[in-house]
Amino acid sequence: MCLGIPGQIVAITDADRLMAMADVSGVRREVNVACIADGPLDGLLGSWALIHVGFAMSRIDEDEAARTLEALQGLGEAQETLEAMADGARALEGTQ
Amino acid sequence: MRYVQEFRDPKAARALLAEIGRVLDQIGATRESPVHIMEICGGHTHAIFRYGLDKLVPEGLEFIHGPGCPVCVLPMSRVDECVEIAERPEVIFTTFGDAMRVPGTRKSLMQAKAGGADIRMVYSPLDALELARRNPGREVVFFGLGFETTTPSTALSIQQAAREGLTNFSVFCNHITVPPPIKALLDDPHMVLDGFVGPGHVSMVIGTRPYDFIARDYGKPLVVAGFEPLDLLQSVLMVLTQIRDGRAEIENQYARVVPADGNPVSLAAIADVYEPRPTFEWRGLGEIDASGLRIRDAYRAWDAEEKFGIGYGAGRARVVQEPEGCACGMVMTGRCKPVDCPQFGTGCTPEMPLGALMVSSEGACAAYYQYGGARAPQAAE
Ligand code: SF4
Repeated sequence: MCLGIPGQIVAITDADRLMAMADVSGVRREVNVACIADGPLDGLLGSWALIHVGFAMSRIDEDEAARTLEALQGLGEAQETLEAMADGARALEGTQ
Repeated sequence: MRYVQEFRDPKAARALLAEIGRVLDQIGATRESPVHIMEICGGHTHAIFRYGLDKLVPEGLEFIHGPGCPVCVLPMSRVDECVEIAERPEVIFTTFGDAMRVPGTRKSLMQAKAGGADIRMVYSPLDALELARRNPGREVVFFGLGFETTTPSTALSIQQAAREGLTNFSVFCNHITVPPPIKALLDDPHMVLDGFVGPGHVSMVIGTRPYDFIARDYGKPLVVAGFEPLDLLQSVLMVLTQIRDGRAEIENQYARVVPADGNPVSLAAIADVYEPRPTFEWRGLGEIDASGLRIRDAYRAWDAEEKFGIGYGAGRARVVQEPEGCACGMVMTGRCKPVDCPQFGTGCTPEMPLGALMVSSEGACAAYYQYGGARAPQAAE
């Protein structure tokens, strides 16, 4: 819960609400980009961020993203986060 | 060495370990009189056990596992209050999965869910917001839990709910902050701490300045660290070097992610939505001044405590005795190791936790249990 996971911003989904689609280890998840939006949102496309409970908290470079992901995998936390994302999707459908 | 080959760069790890040994010798640290370094963050605790760093480092260094696992320091009374809210028929109670198995006095959220309460594990408060949009006839409550890394997420979610006029969404706020418990530990006369490894992702939000008092007022070094094993070893070396040189400074090993001033958007959202509570109870540590956050009056419509008249919202929270034979408080203040607890591995296991330190992989007892915490007789090559 306390560690962020790297994700790449691949689309802007709702500019008013500062929402974007991120690719997190192959899983797509809508995230809030308020904390990293320092200009037009399109500028975020393709960039990497540490994503924490659905919020992009800090921009990182691709190298840092790879290192962080490796460390998270070593701890088993990457898998846990992806499962939590799947839980979130099921919660919305009421199928938990 | 036992685990070094698993490191991203085993050669660098060996070099760091050798240098740590040299500096410990220069300090004159021994097994009998070790240097005590506290890692504050539960993510660091997990990494230390996962990579066996506690066993790989020379004997003159002792890690004390800090209070930085939000699930572990959650008092039982707050779990009871969660269950009380969740069992209301109109409520959809949403929480991070980590909190599901934390024992309350009556039951855990997991048990309440099995008993029919509508409790849903979500990844993000954004999921709870969406549930509120989709279920206008229900009250959707999000269990806001965590340190400064998660606090901005609930603050921004409450601001969003306010913008949308989404009044069937509320947050049961249990957010806590890192600096006050460190101060409480430093004020504790039993505590023997020589320096700190500071949390990485918390600091990404708050920056490094909130730790200045640790060096200035208490003369202890702190190094903000990433959570990769090499980051940790390097940070430990930086702390030890300061001790050897008689310095006490706040240093930043994780500058590639942590700016000195933190994240301005996050900090502004926190300041807008939350204010410090006069005091907040920590499991195992007791009441700590200004260590918890409450939702400001301007956002009281989204405060579950106000909405349901529960907890600090109903006046004083109830202080509940910890279970018999549980040594959580002693472990948390570094006064004993998890294995010294009479319940460890018998009355208390990750499957059936008695104490909260056994619940999350970031809790010292669960990490000890999972990876084995006893120092090998000789950490041989
Ligand atoms: S073993 Fe269980 S009861 Fe004992 S200190 Fe650890 S978490 Fe608490």
